[in-house]
Amino acid sequence: MTADALTTRLPRLDKARSYDWSGFGFTALTAFAALLVVLMVAVIMGNIAFFGWRTVTWEFVTAAPREGMTAGGIFPAIFGTVALVILMVVALVPFGVGAAIYLHEYARPDAWYTRIVRFAVNNLAGVPSIVFGLFGLGFFIQFVGRSMDRALGLDVVWGQPALLWAALTLALLNLPVVIVTAEEALRTVPREMREASLALGATRWQTIRYVLLPQAVPGILTGAILSVSRGAGEVAPILFTGAAYFLPYLPQSPTDQFMELGYHVFVLSTQSPNVDATKPILYGTVLVLLLLTFLLNLTAILLRSRMRARLAGRL
Amino acid sequence: MTILHAVAPPPPLDHSGRAATTRRRALRLRESVTAFLLRVCAFSAVAGLLLIMVFVFREALPVLVDPVTRHEVGVSRIFATPLWQPVGNLPKYGLVPLVVGTLKVVLVAMVVAVPLGILSAVFASEFAPTRIREALKPVIEILAGIPSVVLGFFALIVMASWLQAVTGSPSRLNAVNAGIALALGIVPTIFSVSEDALRAVPRSFREASLALGASPWQTAWNVTLPAAGAGVAAGILLGLARAVGETMIVLMASGNAAITSGDVFDSVRTLSATIAAEMAEVVVGSPHYAALFFLGAILFVTTFFINVFAGVFVERLRRRLAGA
Repeated sequence: MTADALTTRLPRLDKARSYDWSGFGFTALTAFAALLVVLMVAVIMGNIAFFGWRTVTWEFVTAAPREGMTAGGIFPAIFGTVALVILMVVALVPFGVGAAIYLHEYARPDAWYTRIVRFAVNNLAGVPSIVFGLFGLGFFIQFVGRSMDRALGLDVVWGQPALLWAALTLALLNLPVVIVTAEEALRTVPREMREASLALGATRWQTIRYVLLPQAVPGILTGAILSVSRGAGEVAPILFTGAAYFLPYLPQSPTDQFMELGYHVFVLSTQSPNVDATKPILYGTVLVLLLLTFLLNLTAILLRSRMRARLAGRL
Repeated sequence: MTILHAVAPPPPLDHSGRAATTRRRALRLRESVTAFLLRVCAFSAVAGLLLIMVFVFREALPVLVDPVTRHEVGVSRIFATPLWQPVGNLPKYGLVPLVVGTLKVVLVAMVVAVPLGILSAVFASEFAPTRIREALKPVIEILAGIPSVVLGFFALIVMASWLQAVTGSPSRLNAVNAGIALALGIVPTIFSVSEDALRAVPRSFREASLALGASPWQTAWNVTLPAAGAGVAAGILLGLARAVGETMIVLMASGNAAITSGDVFDSVRTLSATIAAEMAEVVVGSPHYAALFFLGAILFVTTFFINVFAGVFVERLRRRLAGA
């Protein structure tokens, strides 16, 4: 902005003698907006905690649903969620960290292929979650799964909704999260450490493996935890790639369907035959899901702020 | 932390002829293999995006080319039919009510979320004392961390009743209810992108304005906000893209009746919610299946262009502030 533009934009000052009511109004308006956001968060969290805490007992988190999901617990949903995010992280973290290392340590920042990768990462993060669900159905189940069944001469084992396909769909959805946080972590490692390592005769990969990665661990963990928290809460991508309404048994293999906390919330609140009887269970499930994502996010935020503090200290 | 611990001892130097050469060759091989593997990882993101495009479009393609499917859901029919009734003797696949429904919900969400997000970002970056700002940001992060199915649940079970008591609208679940819940989902996006942009404005801008006698709010409104304008615009666009694609909130809170009307208190059905609600019961390969993938393709293309546009604004902001 040029100096000219700056001065013409400034209001005339001869009015400034009386008290600046419009200024007060504007400042108060911004504070009010912030307060409103805080209030809404407080109301939501308060409502869920108030109606949910009574339900969440040891039995609730360890027992299976009974009597058409109007009684009993949510253990299968918790188990399914944990199995889902573990599979997702195993598939996701190596790729995400590898991509981050490539982008930060190998690729020339302005080369065309670097820009293509960055463009893809940014836009992958903006694809609607329901489109990931469609992709999981069209690619993993209809294409990969069906092809595997045909090649192995099986009936229908892989070509149907399953834990594995849901986990891979979520892994792709969370790929940008892990890449971005891991790259941020690599950025906190000072250049001198790379130079020292290379000067000692270490190769590029040795430098990464023994100098950079140990230092980037908090950032990589942050990304993994954030992706787990997002993965545990996303329902749209697993709607038709593996989540089940109700299962009398726990998933035994990656080709089984599974129950999931977020999907359970959706099912209980939209498809319950008896809304009043389900309500305590519903609130309890929401509270468990919220506590789970909240704790994960808290851990990630703390890790990240420590990492940023280190970065600020170095600059 | 000690540097000594972070660095592994370098391999012992070995100058004795053949052994050293093999060793060096093995080392070089390992270097190029790892470099190749890392490149594969990086391009997995590109491959993922391309595969999404290919497979969503591939399943939607019958709407354009397959004669049997086109008989029911050809493009001319999709835009001319005023009704979305995919089940029945004579299925009707009209996009109009779904597009109108999506626009209504997104409009409500943006009307609520844009002022809330931007004003609280201005408050956090320009006016708030440090301690309040440090308290505000985690709250926004908490809001960002609430799964959308929980926001949907809250809008469906709790907020809808409150709103109905206030507005007296006949349908409990409607575009306003879904729009407000959706706004809660996108406020964090608008807030954090705008706040980053505002804080990236160099201090010298503010100091120049204050030195010329402008008050803090005049500085915020006339200098800082315009300087960060491109970033704020990017925040709004990213929020818009999320609002268009968000599924669980609208699926649970909007009532899902495919009505074409201008009234925001009518129940609405959005593009995303239609896919989510109907895909589970559809026969693979049927016209209905292709039609739902066609909706997915529309969502993908729309959000893709909004995001690319947002990226242009981010780039513009970066250049502008780098040049300042």
